[in-house]
Amino acid sequence: MKPPSSSRAGNLNLERAVALLTMMERIRAFEEQACLAAERDKLVLGAIHPSIGQEAVAAGIMQAVNRDDFLLSTHRGHGHTLAKGADPLAMMRELLGREGGCCGGKGGSMHIADFDVGMLGANGVVSANITIATGAAHAMKLQRDNRLAVCIFGDGAINRGPFLEGLNWAGVFKLPILFVCEDNQYSATTKTSSMTAGDGAASRARALGLAEQTIDGNQVEEVADVANECVARIRNGDGPQFLHAITYRRTGHTSFDPAAYRPANEAALEQQRADPIDRQRELLTLAGLDDASLDQIHSDAQQEMTKALAEASETPFPDVSQALRDVQDIGSPEQEFRA
Amino acid sequence: MTVMTYSEASREAIRDAMLADERVWCVGEDLGRGGVFGQYKGLREEFGEERISDAPISEAAIMGVALGSAMAGSRPVVEMRFSDFALCATDELVNQIAKARYMFGGQCRVPLVSRHPIGIWRSSAAQHSQSLESWYTHIPGLVVACPATPQDNYSMLKAAITCDDPVVYLEHKNIWAMEGEVDREQSFEFGRARIRNQGDDITIVSWSDAANRAAEAAQRLAADDIGAEVIDLRSLWPWDHQAVIDSVNRTGRLLVTHESVQVGGFGAEVTATVAEHAATTLHSPIKRLAAPRALISYAPNLEDTVRVTTDMIEQCAREIIATPNNRANPHD
Repeated sequence: MKPPSSSRAGNLNLERAVALLTMMERIRAFEEQACLAAERDKLVLGAIHPSIGQEAVAAGIMQAVNRDDFLLSTHRGHGHTLAKGADPLAMMRELLGREGGCCGGKGGSMHIADFDVGMLGANGVVSANITIATGAAHAMKLQRDNRLAVCIFGDGAINRGPFLEGLNWAGVFKLPILFVCEDNQYSATTKTSSMTAGDGAASRARALGLAEQTIDGNQVEEVADVANECVARIRNGDGPQFLHAITYRRTGHTSFDPAAYRPANEAALEQQRADPIDRQRELLTLAGLDDASLDQIHSDAQQEMTKALAEASETPFPDVSQALRDVQDIGSPEQEFRA
Repeated sequence: MTVMTYSEASREAIRDAMLADERVWCVGEDLGRGGVFGQYKGLREEFGEERISDAPISEAAIMGVALGSAMAGSRPVVEMRFSDFALCATDELVNQIAKARYMFGGQCRVPLVSRHPIGIWRSSAAQHSQSLESWYTHIPGLVVACPATPQDNYSMLKAAITCDDPVVYLEHKNIWAMEGEVDREQSFEFGRARIRNQGDDITIVSWSDAANRAAEAAQRLAADDIGAEVIDLRSLWPWDHQAVIDSVNRTGRLLVTHESVQVGGFGAEVTATVAEHAATTLHSPIKRLAAPRALISYAPNLEDTVRVTTDMIEQCAREIIATPNNRANPHD
């Protein structure tokens, strides 16, 4: 991973660069508020899995696709979901299990979905989203529809079977799908490299005949450029594309995990070297933006997400009748025969 | 009315459903060649390779892809080849398909049918013979169907494809060749049992191929003037508790029989429900007749040892009738 180069600043698309920084700041602010809600306020009762330090993947990939394209994400999916266009207030309400949450408070952080923006679900089971995303892409092929699917998963997911089955399937049927391995270097609390044979994600994709590329997942301009190229190829009918985006998880597995298993200074070194927000700010400074403008982007994001948390915490819990709703139509719990 | 086999009836149900709705597609291993039991024969020629889709031997992907496609607007029919292989797709079925609508707060439905051929089929041994219907009844979100006749395989499969819930559709592979009349206009409502034989002396509750054995046993009992009411539940979730309770209230006796293992089987749910709601009308103790908690063998004589037969059902019904409840209150 290299520091931002002035050559990148030279031919920068300023509008896009600002939008990317803004999205990353919003994701960071959302997750900082979510962590406060969990640890300080005890308002988030279940586990949340922050993606702090990984925002460039979400922002860079999602700017490449349309609102009606599909996204399947992971338990660490707040950033992807926000970048796909979901409403942060509805998301925060979902984290707090409140009425008006994306899923009516029934899913929580790990099952966030917003079908209105094509976000077909985060998933609590590592790797499970790969075949589901492949199916959304398969439906587009069947329906002669030009939409595509994006599937983001972590580096731990490449060691589960659905990774092989889904990638093989997408290749066999030449489906319109972008696979993104967001490699934060940790499988829960274990270093992924210690549990992975061979050369990892991209080489496995290559072995299955998929077009693959490894990129710096903390350099948002690079993520965005490469994602745009991949999406263009998919829309052109070239079939599945695979990106291995290397990043770093700055927090523990969950917001409550102090990550004591990490080597001393690892996190600090990674942050200093490669925080995606710092790098994009530097790039924009080189391109001529002043500190005041950049600080404004930061404080706007902070304000938006602080307000989202405040509003979410004022929202009531769902009506208890919801506990038995939306299980199924035929043989629903309401029809169950009880003494 | 047309005479067709159980297998042909399922094919015709799929054919009619696909003609009626272009969103319906089938996906599974070897479907292009008509399916492992020939139950998709001719459909590839009629509907093409995209709508009758082959698949790699990747059960998890078949099930996961079907879910994703359903969330994106299609109506998949999944073929699992043998119900045993569906276990390779358990996360996709139980954790994903059954939960998607609920977890996402009702933002989607999953109109999907997963066909799992079940049952003992001569010398297929432990990994191609089992019946795990009771497992699926325990999973909120799933509908569970066990057709026993060509008519029901037509009507129930069509109803399964048409409904918006995920349906685990368990066909018995020993009766693919069973013939019967099929009326395409006959509709099916999940949770409605079929009374296969009427009688006033004993209620026999069953499903899948065991219901056919029960119906045979009822014919034999009728020769001795014993009226056995055979209730074929057809769907196990939802199931027709009212038909069972009404019948037991009339006959005062209950036998529940199924091919699968008795321990933790769905027969336990049926008998518990009768115990809760109709125990005071019983003339005899309830009995269950099902498989021992053992595996299914390859050797034919060993395989037969765990099989529930017509003879056994007949015998068991006679024993129940010959064993009146001791109504004396032990506390008197």
